[in-house]
Amino acid sequence: MAFYRAHILVDSGTAAVLKGANAVRNTLIEEIKSRGLDKEIKVVETGALGLAGAVPAIVVYPEGVTYANVTVEDVPEIVEEHLLKGRRVQRLVYKDDTPAVVKAAGSARSAEMRVVLKNIGVIDPTSIDEYIAMSGYEALAKALTAMTPEDVIAEMKASGLNGRGGAGFPTGLKWEFTAKADGDIKYIVCNADEGEPGNFKDRLIMEGDPHQIIEGMVIAAYATGAQKGFIYIRGEYQQSVANTERAIDVAREMGLLGCDIMGSGLNFDIEVFKGAGAYICGEETALLASIEGFRGESRVKPPYPPTHGLFGKPTVINNVETLANVPHIIVNGAQWYSEIGTARSKGTKIFSPCGDVQYPGVYEVPFGSTLREVIFGMAGGIKSGKKFKAVLMGGPSGVLVGEDALDRRLCSEDLNPGAGALIVLDETKCVVDLIRNCAQFFLHESCGQCTPCREGTKRMVELFDWWAAGSGSEQDLMLADQLATTMALTSRCGLGQFAGVAFKSSISLFEDEYLAHLADKSCPAGVCDMDKVEEEVRA
Amino acid sequence: MEQINVTIDGIQVSVPKDSTVLDAANAAGIYIPTLCHMPGHKPLGACRVCLVEIEGGRGALQASCSFPATDGMVVRTNTRRVHNARKAVVELMLSAHRQDCNACNRTLNCELQAIAKRLGIRENRFEGEMPKRIEDTSSPAIVRDSSKCILCRRCVEVCQNVQTVGTLFAVDRGFDTVIAPTAKKELAEAVCVACGQCVSACPVGALYEKNHIDRVWDAIADPDKHVIVQTAPAVRVAIGEEFGLPAGSRVTRKMVAGLRRVGFDKVFDTDFTADLTILEEGHEFLNRLTNGGVLPMLTSCSPGWINFIEYFYPELLPNLSTCKSPQQMFGALAKTYYAEKMGVDPSKIYSVSIMPCTAKKLEAGREEMSVVDGLSDVDAVLTTREAAQMMREAGVDFVNLPDEPFDEPLGISTGAAVIFGATGGVMEAALRTVYEVVTGQTLENVNFEAVRGLEGVKEATVKVGDIEAKVAVASGLSNARKLMDLVMEGKADYHFIEIMCCPGGCLGGGGQPIPTTDEIRKARMQAIYAEDEGLPIRKSHDNPAIKALYEEFLGEPNSHKAHKLLHTHYTPKALWPTDVPLDEVKSK
Repeated sequence: MAFYRAHILVDSGTAAVLKGANAVRNTLIEEIKSRGLDKEIKVVETGALGLAGAVPAIVVYPEGVTYANVTVEDVPEIVEEHLLKGRRVQRLVYKDDTPAVVKAAGSARSAEMRVVLKNIGVIDPTSIDEYIAMSGYEALAKALTAMTPEDVIAEMKASGLNGRGGAGFPTGLKWEFTAKADGDIKYIVCNADEGEPGNFKDRLIMEGDPHQIIEGMVIAAYATGAQKGFIYIRGEYQQSVANTERAIDVAREMGLLGCDIMGSGLNFDIEVFKGAGAYICGEETALLASIEGFRGESRVKPPYPPTHGLFGKPTVINNVETLANVPHIIVNGAQWYSEIGTARSKGTKIFSPCGDVQYPGVYEVPFGSTLREVIFGMAGGIKSGKKFKAVLMGGPSGVLVGEDALDRRLCSEDLNPGAGALIVLDETKCVVDLIRNCAQFFLHESCGQCTPCREGTKRMVELFDWWAAGSGSEQDLMLADQLATTMALTSRCGLGQFAGVAFKSSISLFEDEYLAHLADKSCPAGVCDMDKVEEEVRA
Repeated sequence: MEQINVTIDGIQVSVPKDSTVLDAANAAGIYIPTLCHMPGHKPLGACRVCLVEIEGGRGALQASCSFPATDGMVVRTNTRRVHNARKAVVELMLSAHRQDCNACNRTLNCELQAIAKRLGIRENRFEGEMPKRIEDTSSPAIVRDSSKCILCRRCVEVCQNVQTVGTLFAVDRGFDTVIAPTAKKELAEAVCVACGQCVSACPVGALYEKNHIDRVWDAIADPDKHVIVQTAPAVRVAIGEEFGLPAGSRVTRKMVAGLRRVGFDKVFDTDFTADLTILEEGHEFLNRLTNGGVLPMLTSCSPGWINFIEYFYPELLPNLSTCKSPQQMFGALAKTYYAEKMGVDPSKIYSVSIMPCTAKKLEAGREEMSVVDGLSDVDAVLTTREAAQMMREAGVDFVNLPDEPFDEPLGISTGAAVIFGATGGVMEAALRTVYEVVTGQTLENVNFEAVRGLEGVKEATVKVGDIEAKVAVASGLSNARKLMDLVMEGKADYHFIEIMCCPGGCLGGGGQPIPTTDEIRKARMQAIYAEDEGLPIRKSHDNPAIKALYEEFLGEPNSHKAHKLLHTHYTPKALWPTDVPLDEVKSK
């Protein structure tokens, strides 16, 4: 194995590639070679580093210096100054410090605790050796050699791990249902559809540390008796698909997937299934329908997937982050894990603050951290010196909270974090505009199967369009509330049930702002174009 | 099966363990409105009208059609929350439903209208933009109007799972969702067998038959036209339902009287040519059996089935009897034998049929169905529903009509003909004749019970002289598919197979009064066999009018003339638009 004095990680996440990361990488390789440094310095592609707004970005190790917004033109200077002469190029250093996500665990911000993200930005995601060097597949070895499937389930239950996709169902219990279900074949499905706007944590894991997911899935297969796994990745995540598929191939070559895994007699293999971009396919039964080749639509529940899942067989469906937690629980024990977090929310949670924050990105904190710690402590607070207004918790299907929620704790006992998106709004944003935007999202994504969601999402958008155009009336507020209630009570799946949640949660919080639109026909934030002729808008 | 106890609105009921909440409510005598639900089919839970409250539930209401009942469950259906939710859901549904109810063919027989009334909907809070309307009149049999569609998907369920044709499904999504053939093609371009089971399943006016009423009124009003009508066997046991009579009412002679009042010059019976079919098909079968012809022979009366085999089992077309259907035999004779006999120019004869079927409209329009150059054998095909509508328009007081007989000679028929209307009937009628032709002995017990009933696939072995004839009967195309797969795999040693496109046979056809449920099918079936029992002659070959027809006109069964007029051939159809011959496609 060759030794290098420096490693450069290039953020090759989808967003970065779109902004020219590949050209930066190629130039970097050329520059290094032209200066004869290619035997000393290695360029490594990694997944997204969680620097949402500042790509292309690179990290130079061993110093751990992050350069953000790097262009092809900047590359010679970085090579000349930093790599040859050892002087940092200050003008490109990311917020004159290293973003939390690329720091080694020990030096992370006080509130941050990296369990799932510990390898991200540290190892080469294409190298299984580097994963193994960071104790990768140790959990699998432990499970297969020192634990029975029942032990694994007991450990998972004791850990208190809850699903990280938003609903928070206890993972160990889910596994137990499938383990106990009759079935000649069982499946483990990883939900990597990550369609909720504002969420980008799963992408980071798949791009930066895909073996974690594979390891979690094999352990789940061992615990439940499953033979086949699918990772359902949203089609837009090309880099995630590539990195995950590569990791699966390598794992299979090394005997960590396929027949007789680690000589234990366990047979299990994984296939990547690419979604086609429908948000509904993140709903677990629609996801299964999609894999089976049907139209992406939710199915009647009960029965639930743990007993009647993919192709009617017992199926565990877990979110990416959930599965990525599994190896850590098995290696370090349920006791260790259950000491992190709060009474009802164990472990860490990855958040992806975005919107009007200074440093959008991905941050992992123990459950129970406050909203303020994440938004102001890590994401740098509101950008451009503006004032904080509200956060949409988890994305458009979550609740909207205001300033008084900043000191609430992120956990199921207090403020439910959903899948982890924190869409932050500053004072210049309009609540009606935001809610209208959310409604448009649901109108676009409704599968059209059940009446309240299909027609309700349309009527919701119409109402908000009218309000934003100065055609609303005060009675509309009650009507929209009734509509949102109807959708929540009567829709067939989560999509329709949660489509009106953000609106409902915002009524009392921003009543004045709604009334300004409805009664005074004015938009306090000056966002909505209130001057449209009423007859034209509301026929 | 294990029983469980459920309390609904304070009423305790004991129901089998696999019941839904809706089943339990029905057992408790509590009405819950439903729209997407079809008894006997997998619940979809799509319309969200059947909402109930489950005690201890997580807050959301549950769709009772799909929610499993469990022991000790406490359900409430009569609460303010349930009322409000159901009402709001139906208002939302109505907000995307074109409500020109007076102009709708389903008015007063519309499930949405009935539920809106039942829930007390007087205004709609959620009015807004309507979805884009697709009106598809391309098919000769069925019209689609998306502006009426409530997306309950009952048509999809029958098209996919009962008929396994798969023409209709949900296309596009959300507010733009439409039920349509692939890529929103028109029905005429799609693989559709025109069976009309989708029409039967539709709770509203989104699917209905292509209207032939106007052209028939025009013909009746034309003094130059001699307008004759034939009535299919299954119509007489169902048309009473259109006038409020219970299912299974036998109203044959009222129907004849009603049609006379509408203004038809002669009222004849398709049963006449059903008897003729038995003679032709029976002899064809014996010929195949004794001369090493292709077996099993398949019946060819059901036009939906003909479309199906042309699309899905073209390899088995040689097995299909070459006999035209009774409707088309009648049409062919009307413009030849009858024209000659009456001394009327065939071009002056306007031949109308009343059928329990929508596919018959397509069949009548087939190119090969013309025995006199330039004339269709059958000029117009009315469904049972359309015939009833004409009577309504004519001011006929159906229930109080006197009984009147059919006209002669094309109105004379036997019990063997009337049972064509039920699954297994063609087989039974054929066996009655084949037995006597082969053995020369009188068949004492004419009832072949083994081929009767609503079961999807039936089989029997019948000793006919020295031959052990193995026969099978299927109704509903999913059942037909099962039998055809066996034949294709060489696993079927049947001699003769009867296939009817629609479940239960023609009595459950897509042109019959709506609704058609299994209960209604059973009642109509009972009436059919009662008609058979009540007729003096119950074997087709004993029909004196048929004997006369052969003596005067055709010669003998399967004669050259009979072949020219009464037989046809069918051609393979590609499942996709292609210029490549089917053989080549398959070889690839």
